Amino acid sequence: MSTILKANNLTKIFSLGGLLSRTKITAVDHVSFTVESSEIFTLAGESGCGKSTTARMILGFEIPTSGELHYLDQNIQSVKDKKAWFKEVQAVFQNPFESFNPLRKVESYFFETVNNFHIEKNEKRAEQLIEEKLQAVGLTYHEIAGKYPGELSGGQLQRSSIARSLLTNPSLLIADEPVSMVDASLRMSIVNLFREMRDSFGVSVIYITHDLATAYYISDRIAIMFRGNIVETGSVEEVLGNPKHPYTKLLIESIPQPDPHQQPKTLIKFLEEKEEYLRKGCKFSGRCPEVMDICKKITPKDVLIDGVMVKCHLFKTNTGKSEE
Amino acid sequence: MNCVINVEQLQAFYVLEAQGKRKIIKAVNNVTLSIPENEIYGIAGESGCGKTTLLKALFASIDPPLQLFGGKVNYRINGKDLNALSLSEKEKRELRWTYISYIPQGSMSVFNPVKKLKRTYLNFLESHIRGKAHRDLLSLAHQHLEELGLSPQILGAYPHQLSGGMRQRIAIALSTLLKPKIILADEPTTALDVVAQRAVLQLMRDVQQELQNTIVLVTHDMGIQANIASRMAIMYAGKIVEEGPTEEVFIKPLHPYTQYLIQSLPRIGDKTTRKSVPGSPPSLLDPPLGCPFHPRCPQVFDRCIKETPILDQCNPNHKVACWLRRD
Amino acid sequence: MGILKDLFKDYRFAVGFILLVFLFFLVLASFFSPYDAIKWLQVPRDKPPSWFHILGTNSKGQDVFWEATFSIRNSLIIALIAGLISRLIAVLVGFVAGYKGGISDRILMGLTDGLLVIPLFLILVLVAMLLKEAMTLINTGFLLAFFGWAWDARTIRSQVLSLREREFTQTSILSGNGTLSLVTKEYLPLTIPLIFSTLINNIAWAIGMEIVLAILGLVPLAIPTLGTTLQWAITYQAILLGHWWWILTPVVLTILLLVALYWFSVSVSEYLDPRIRIQRIGVK
Repeated sequence: MSTILKANNLTKIFSLGGLLSRTKITAVDHVSFTVESSEIFTLAGESGCGKSTTARMILGFEIPTSGELHYLDQNIQSVKDKKAWFKEVQAVFQNPFESFNPLRKVESYFFETVNNFHIEKNEKRAEQLIEEKLQAVGLTYHEIAGKYPGELSGGQLQRSSIARSLLTNPSLLIADEPVSMVDASLRMSIVNLFREMRDSFGVSVIYITHDLATAYYISDRIAIMFRGNIVETGSVEEVLGNPKHPYTKLLIESIPQPDPHQQPKTLIKFLEEKEEYLRKGCKFSGRCPEVMDICKKITPKDVLIDGVMVKCHLFKTNTGKSEE
Repeated sequence: MNCVINVEQLQAFYVLEAQGKRKIIKAVNNVTLSIPENEIYGIAGESGCGKTTLLKALFASIDPPLQLFGGKVNYRINGKDLNALSLSEKEKRELRWTYISYIPQGSMSVFNPVKKLKRTYLNFLESHIRGKAHRDLLSLAHQHLEELGLSPQILGAYPHQLSGGMRQRIAIALSTLLKPKIILADEPTTALDVVAQRAVLQLMRDVQQELQNTIVLVTHDMGIQANIASRMAIMYAGKIVEEGPTEEVFIKPLHPYTQYLIQSLPRIGDKTTRKSVPGSPPSLLDPPLGCPFHPRCPQVFDRCIKETPILDQCNPNHKVACWLRRD
Repeated sequence: MGILKDLFKDYRFAVGFILLVFLFFLVLASFFSPYDAIKWLQVPRDKPPSWFHILGTNSKGQDVFWEATFSIRNSLIIALIAGLISRLIAVLVGFVAGYKGGISDRILMGLTDGLLVIPLFLILVLVAMLLKEAMTLINTGFLLAFFGWAWDARTIRSQVLSLREREFTQTSILSGNGTLSLVTKEYLPLTIPLIFSTLINNIAWAIGMEIVLAILGLVPLAIPTLGTTLQWAITYQAILLGHWWWILTPVVLTILLLVALYWFSVSVSEYLDPRIRIQRIGVK
């Protein structure tokens, strides 16, 4: 297992407002993580936590304010050639109905991808390659030939999106909430596809979601994000099975389990999250049930404990030292 | 079991005309349902199965392009049955919010974005309670909010100043102000994060406990259904395919669709492979003949293709529409 | 020609189309006119409509009918030049500002806003006065084009801004498309109805403006256009003298032309509207 992607202190600050009053929002705050080859890595968190912005920075759609991204030991920001980058990294997005232009046939994107990246010169072979990738996602060319996006279902569109992204044989696929808009009864089949891609093609997947149940189901490792910070990173069994950070614990407790025998959860006091983005110290201190004085003043450092990286003042590493 | 709404063979279809061609979408296709009182009743199904249309019909809000093609929606008021669909607009208005409330998907649509919440609440109360001063109405609103564990100071804010979760809870508070006997909630927690969702569900439970009324909760999220609905119905392609106590439906689902649905749900702690329902959801424009699920059913046989199964009693209190259970 | 059949179901298109065809034939007829367009005293003056002169003759000694054919032709030439050139500028500016954003956007929109704020009418009159000698048909067209692109550039920019945020933009970029491909293959099909309707509106506006300029005497009055014809009729007191055929002709023709353009534009825009096109895809 080798590291293919390394994010180091990635930060993105947006400034909003007019000429006279500008507020800065730190959407992504010194985020560091690695993605190994042939693994499914989940970035989990609620909407607005910065996971999509992180994905956009990896894809090159946003420029980081500071921090570094390394791909196979090469610093990405120095790569001028976006097209070469998209040969290695591809993406699928949340809304299958918006992923394709409603006035264009879906297959035109496939042929474009093949032509633009010079994957196959021969038209016959291009068709074969497209058929191959479609079958890998459970579709046939016959099913989508000549069809516009409005004539296909959400499931078919999302699979087409995935098939298109596989055409360049990428080593990394970023999937941003790929099943949240897909019918519940079809979700698993699409989520299973990511597992297959990891196992059969060796593709690594960065799976971005707020649904911890599917995250548990397919990921190898997971990072929990809160208001721009990664608060806990580790193997998915450890992080979701034995959560350490109070926010992770809160998230897991709040998931409604599909089991009517589970007792209704203990009542929680729900406070409004005011200006959590601009908070000094730990951003979760306003709501944390285990908050201490230090949490409100000093930002916690990352601490390695039991193989899990946690950003919380409650913990010190097993070795007794705090690590950056 | 006392019922507060009785739906009889309801057929509500959307009629669309485009470029001279007519399309009929059979959103609610022959639904018969009895919704009990003093219960949280869940209606589950995926997008496009007709559940939102069913809710609209329950609220007697059948407006073009939706048209009534048959059936009744009976409200049981004071022991008598009243067909909501045959009422005049004035009569409907009198019932709405006082007898039956509707919380639509997306709380933003409930509030006027340029008015403070206080104003919306006051307008609402004024149109239903006559002859009371603003001060009295406001204290009514404050009292209600406090009962639900919400801070009355929130009324001084504009809708956009609150988070989605808070807005949704204020919307629920508004719809329960006049203590309705029935509350219809359409996907009240989509677009909310799990923590906000938990608070909203908690609130709904509290409201139901206090008013001892019926909440009809429509959501595709089976986790929520398991958590809060005591009785539920599963909807597929405009028809009800299974109905019964939530516990039974989860532990011993009778309809193949329900079985698939429940088995495919991922749970934390379990990494075994799960499979989804094969095939894709049917189009309501051209639903399959016979049983609507038969093209995707692994246990399909001859009768399924020709005859549409009726929703019928299988175990006491537990109904299913499937030829497998009819022997 | 299934498309034409579909369009004809809309009465607005039918009427507009027929009117435009009729007016087009008039334009064609102008090339076969037995009379010269500009010379005076070619026929007896101020004669009411008769068999020899279907619409009578005017005070300059010209046949009103044939003068009308020239007027329509010239007015349309001015309007078409104005419309097409201003479209070109509006599309370029709108797309670049909308897609690139940042500094290019700010500069281009500054320019656009500057033009929008200028009291158009006054400047137009000023320029026309200064260039009076050089005002040919084509120059008038260019002048109107220069002042006609700003508003629509903003409208097109707004549409491009919203298209940029849609997910298929990202899919297209991930499929390896460069900016030019992206804009032509993805955005143009979705903005064509907007561009088309603004074209027609612009043409209608240009026709109106030309009339205004003519009445103010800022267009070479020798050349027959709808505006100049009207101007001459007014100068020669046509209403007072009861020469209704001379003054009514340009008025009625202008009204017919503008109504035809409007209905044509509205019905074709609706037909091309992506949302309706998408609905049509399903119905097939």
